[in-house]
Amino acid sequence: MSLSTTELSCCDERSSSLRRTILHTMRCGGRGHLASAYSLVEILRVLYDDILKIDPKNPDWVERDRCILSKGHGCLALYAILADKGFFPKEELEKFCSGDTILGGHPEYHKVPGVEATTGSLGHGPSIGVGYALSARMRGNDARVFVITGDGEINEGSVWEAAMCASKHKLENYTLLVDYNKLQSSGPVAEVQPLEPLADKWEAFGFAVREVDGHDPVALKELLSSVPFETGKPNAIICHTVKGKGIKDVEHNLKWHHKANVDSELMDSMFAELGGE
Amino acid sequence: MRKACLQEVHRLAGVDERVVFIGSDLGFGTLDEMRKDYPKRFFMEGISEANILGMAAGMALDGWMPYVNTIAPFITRRAYEQVIVDLCMHNVPVRLIGNGGGVVYAPLGPTHQAIEDLAVMRAAPNMTVVAVADADEMRRLMPLTLNESGPIYIRLAKGYDPIVTDDSQPFIIGRGLPFQKGKDLLLVTTGIGLRLARESMAALEAKGLSVGLLHMPTIKPFDSEMLLEMASQVKAVISVEEHSVIGGLGSAVAEVLAEACLDKPLRFKRLGLPDCFADSYGSQLSLMAGYGLSADGIVEAAKGLLEI
Repeated sequence: MSLSTTELSCCDERSSSLRRTILHTMRCGGRGHLASAYSLVEILRVLYDDILKIDPKNPDWVERDRCILSKGHGCLALYAILADKGFFPKEELEKFCSGDTILGGHPEYHKVPGVEATTGSLGHGPSIGVGYALSARMRGNDARVFVITGDGEINEGSVWEAAMCASKHKLENYTLLVDYNKLQSSGPVAEVQPLEPLADKWEAFGFAVREVDGHDPVALKELLSSVPFETGKPNAIICHTVKGKGIKDVEHNLKWHHKANVDSELMDSMFAELGGE
Repeated sequence: MRKACLQEVHRLAGVDERVVFIGSDLGFGTLDEMRKDYPKRFFMEGISEANILGMAAGMALDGWMPYVNTIAPFITRRAYEQVIVDLCMHNVPVRLIGNGGGVVYAPLGPTHQAIEDLAVMRAAPNMTVVAVADADEMRRLMPLTLNESGPIYIRLAKGYDPIVTDDSQPFIIGRGLPFQKGKDLLLVTTGIGLRLARESMAALEAKGLSVGLLHMPTIKPFDSEMLLEMASQVKAVISVEEHSVIGGLGSAVAEVLAEACLDKPLRFKRLGLPDCFADSYGSQLSLMAGYGLSADGIVEAAKGLLEI
């Protein structure tokens, strides 16, 4: 399956609202991996709106599903959705990265309600997720685990160690989503560390693989509602996304991976583009 | 000691439902009995240290207490970032059991020798670091691990090491064990350093020295109070460890003594492995002796510190 950026769906109001929240958070903090967060918006939104069995009032509920954002630098999107769901007050977002907040530049387990693992160093989430999935099996409960990795992140060998392990244990309750936005920090994924044939790789590692337009909430919901895809296999979903999705200047623009100190004029025009004040 | 440790894991699994065992492609038949008794809590995974530590962290975050076992350098070097991020940052009760601490695997060469494991584990926030001296001490340690809420690194010695501890005083994690009080010299030991110290006692006492012996099975948290109490009685201190002189017991002792700003000058020597990789094979004891890490080496070090 190949999706060009023009074929990808446009953002609806729910997505635009989350993107505005993310931009506002970034403006308050004066920093943040905006583009990496924007490629995640629909994936996270569908998980938290339609898929995950969670209870914001009881974040430690033992039967809950776990979502691990292994690409921790995309945390602006996670914070936006967690605040939206009521895991913590929305005002906290305005303190992003300040000296007095639970919300740092990468998410921390002990600090942020709803965050299931401290991530930021890449390649750790998949194995922690395997541990959660095995734990659910030992307990005999129906909790499921969803791990979201970046595409650059899966350059890390530990990801493939976890993949082999999930496959060995036939973890049907384990779903790994790759945010395949085709860009990593230093350049296009296809040049820095090519991943293709990516679906074949996951297939070869014993996963049931599906591909989807990672910005299409309807398709994402349909797919995520149907896990496990096959008996006795963990699930891999390759989400074709656009880094920076939602704002033309940011989309698929390498300059935006680490960009900080956005001047207020540009900030205003970005808000306008997202339909905000 | 390894046998005692793993037998304890099996036994603890029977008394505490949180206990899980995770091995990394260990020798055929390892803990077969536990595999039979508690198949759901027994995992023998592939050669994937980073993965098993992450997996252990995930289980621990969900209420389990995984005991993870593989060769010491692989569990400490290979996946150090998983140790720091997955175990220490989450501060979860995962127990790392490292086979062949120090130069146990002398014949296998430096890839298999954990000469800096205590140093790197000691530098990891939230990590408890333990190196017991023999199988009996291991049996006293293991039940206590059920009560610790953070990660623990347990360093194993060779196996069939002579028994040099006794149960005259209770084993407490984080507490030093004063075996003997002295007025001239204090030997501070960890792991099988205790055995060497015991072997050197007769020769030291024959030279007219009054020797104190303080065993520190827990390197972190370190019992500074006990060390200072015993060090304040003597003229010289020697630390003895099967570990690099950088970052392990010797460093811990030096840090405490230096920061205590003692009134009287104290002579001090770190006895351990030098800052290099082994360049010969042979046996654990022959390699150690070559570095002066032996009973005779302790006597020589004492000669260098005191007029004897």
